[in-house]
Amino acid sequence: MAEYQNIFTRIQVRAVPEMGPTRDGDAFPRGDDAFFSYWLGKIGDAQVGPMHLGYTGVASLICGFIAIEIIGLNMWASVNWDPVQFIRQLPWLGLEPPPPQYGLQILPPLNEGGWWLMAGFFLTTSIFLWWIKVYNNARALGMGTHVAWAFASAIFLYLSLGFIRPILMGSWSEAVPFGIFPHLDWTAAFSIRYGNLFYNPFHMLSIVFLYGSTLLFAMHAATILAVSQYGGEREIEQIVDRGTASERAALFWRWTMGFNASMESIHRWAWWFAVLCTLTGGIGILLTGTVVENWFLWAVKHNVAPSYPAVYPPITDPSLLNGAAQ
Amino acid sequence: MRTGFNVVVTLGIIFVLFTTVGVFIADWERPPMETRQIGYRGVGMEQISNPRTQGDIRLENRLPTVIDPVPPGGRPAREAYQNVQILGDLTEDQFNRLMLAITEWVSPEQGCAYCHNVENLAEDVPNKVIARRMFQMTKHINQNWTQHVAQTGVTCYTCHRGRPVPAEVWFRQSTGQPKGLVGYDGGQNHPAPSAGLSSLPMDPFTEQLDSPADSRVVGKTALPVRQGPSIKKAEYTYALMIQMSQSLGVNCTYCHNSRAFLSWDQSVPPRNPAWHGIRMVRDLNQNFISPLKPMYTKAKLGPLGDVAKVNCTTCHRGQIKPLGGAQLLKDNPELNAAILEPVASMPVPAARPEQEPQSPTQPVGRQPPAAPGGDQTRPVPPAGQPPAGQVR
Repeated sequence: MAEYQNIFTRIQVRAVPEMGPTRDGDAFPRGDDAFFSYWLGKIGDAQVGPMHLGYTGVASLICGFIAIEIIGLNMWASVNWDPVQFIRQLPWLGLEPPPPQYGLQILPPLNEGGWWLMAGFFLTTSIFLWWIKVYNNARALGMGTHVAWAFASAIFLYLSLGFIRPILMGSWSEAVPFGIFPHLDWTAAFSIRYGNLFYNPFHMLSIVFLYGSTLLFAMHAATILAVSQYGGEREIEQIVDRGTASERAALFWRWTMGFNASMESIHRWAWWFAVLCTLTGGIGILLTGTVVENWFLWAVKHNVAPSYPAVYPPITDPSLLNGAAQ
Repeated sequence: MRTGFNVVVTLGIIFVLFTTVGVFIADWERPPMETRQIGYRGVGMEQISNPRTQGDIRLENRLPTVIDPVPPGGRPAREAYQNVQILGDLTEDQFNRLMLAITEWVSPEQGCAYCHNVENLAEDVPNKVIARRMFQMTKHINQNWTQHVAQTGVTCYTCHRGRPVPAEVWFRQSTGQPKGLVGYDGGQNHPAPSAGLSSLPMDPFTEQLDSPADSRVVGKTALPVRQGPSIKKAEYTYALMIQMSQSLGVNCTYCHNSRAFLSWDQSVPPRNPAWHGIRMVRDLNQNFISPLKPMYTKAKLGPLGDVAKVNCTTCHRGQIKPLGGAQLLKDNPELNAAILEPVASMPVPAARPEQEPQSPTQPVGRQPPAAPGGDQTRPVPPAGQPPAGQVR
């Protein structure tokens, strides 16, 4: 039994590298270089390559490189080109969108958000080119385009935060800065500014699908690993020809909750949970500030937010008492 | 391709090692923390404190020795000494007791000479002029800001703690202004010491503690009515609030119910003195501290040529009540004798023309004690001009 309780993949295949089905009309032919890596074999297929970037892949990498350069060099400049401080402060460094006074100007001063707009343009172009590559690769291999559409859902959230909502609000300054801590601090300030995002029902849905995704992932992965001694990881075959692995897994969940997903439907569950996480999240972002100003007050208005017994005697806003500005 | 792959893997391993090391050398406090419930059950209204740092905080807030009280009676100080402008109502003994005390509080190492010309104690040297104004400020706080300092009051020691310049002061910072073609940081995105080492604005004070700004950023209505404050402005308020939280050693929930930061009817009572505290600090910075700029040598000014100013940390130093709430003012009643009326030696605030309406020669002491809002001492904006700080 302990034979199957492993963190890492136990079987590695060594043979002539598998080059995959041939593709007609490859304008940018894939490399014919492939080799085996023992360590990658621990966590996946030991075969590395062949790679296929294509025109869109190459263009995407170039645009992505430009975006990262703009962001990174601006970060470095913000510590006066000090290499030590660049490494030390890297998690704190950022590239800010234009300040509020520039509104939606296409050409704000270069060093007051202009670089941010350029980095955003190249990053977005890079992401769109990569999406096209993903779509084309799937089509060329005769696959469905599920991966591309799942990716598109994540792109929708990215565009909502950095492009669509700032335009709806009439100011680039509403957008997220580039940077590790800067974007986290932005997120907290965003939630505070709009009266607590946790009362945003689309944020709630997004969290449901996020945590739901991890739950489904854990349930599915655990189930398949648990029946791998019966060949349970051969999921595709078992969609049409379920063997004892499928039957045991199914019975396990029926014993547990009276119902079980099938070898096919569990993947539809997982795909929709993942896609809806970013889709509902993006909708929640687009509603914030545009049609809802304060999510807590909105939730009170619609009987979403409960009230709790008062623990302290009521206090009033002192700015109301002397009629002064707040 | 194999070489490229190996390079990528090696870089990845180095990055992971660096990150792992970074996680362990970060200045974090280890658990367990102490948690105290301060609100209705189950809603996260809690105060978290680290029992292992309380000793250090107490050590940082040691009390000064109290000088023996003097018997009443004797000549008034204004007759005993020359050029006693605001403490003349004290007796000679009381006056000397207060001079001894302030030496212990402010310049224990430098002695009398820090503020006086020892050849001629009556001479108005710059530090003496500053000290005189600080006596007035102390009286002003104790008389007009009781909604923040209550009856505990403050003494020179509340801020100074045996140092001529209090340890926790702030200067304007030259951040946020773009320089050259690259590297704009918007005044943030470096470890901010005043905001819990976050990426929030480095200097939330200039706008909020040295000007009549509106720090409120949360939307006031369920649905949008008009364009509200920007997220960037929210970050400034957020940074100021973290400074308050750190300086008192408390969480947000000490004053706010964090489900709805704006809501006063769900807030905790300490939010009221805290609100007055922000206005008190603005009043002190604008009306007492900054106008003294001509009295300072250049070496004592900040990088942008401003005077060292106060924020919450200047007094609180990690405690909810400075010095653990010790009532030093009761032991030093002489401080209450300072006269708030203008005196001849006060500097003319020519250095800060924008502060003209709050000239230190204005009788600030005559404010009605019932309305100590710093709001009321502010200049009224000209008609047609919106109040500053409403929209950024």
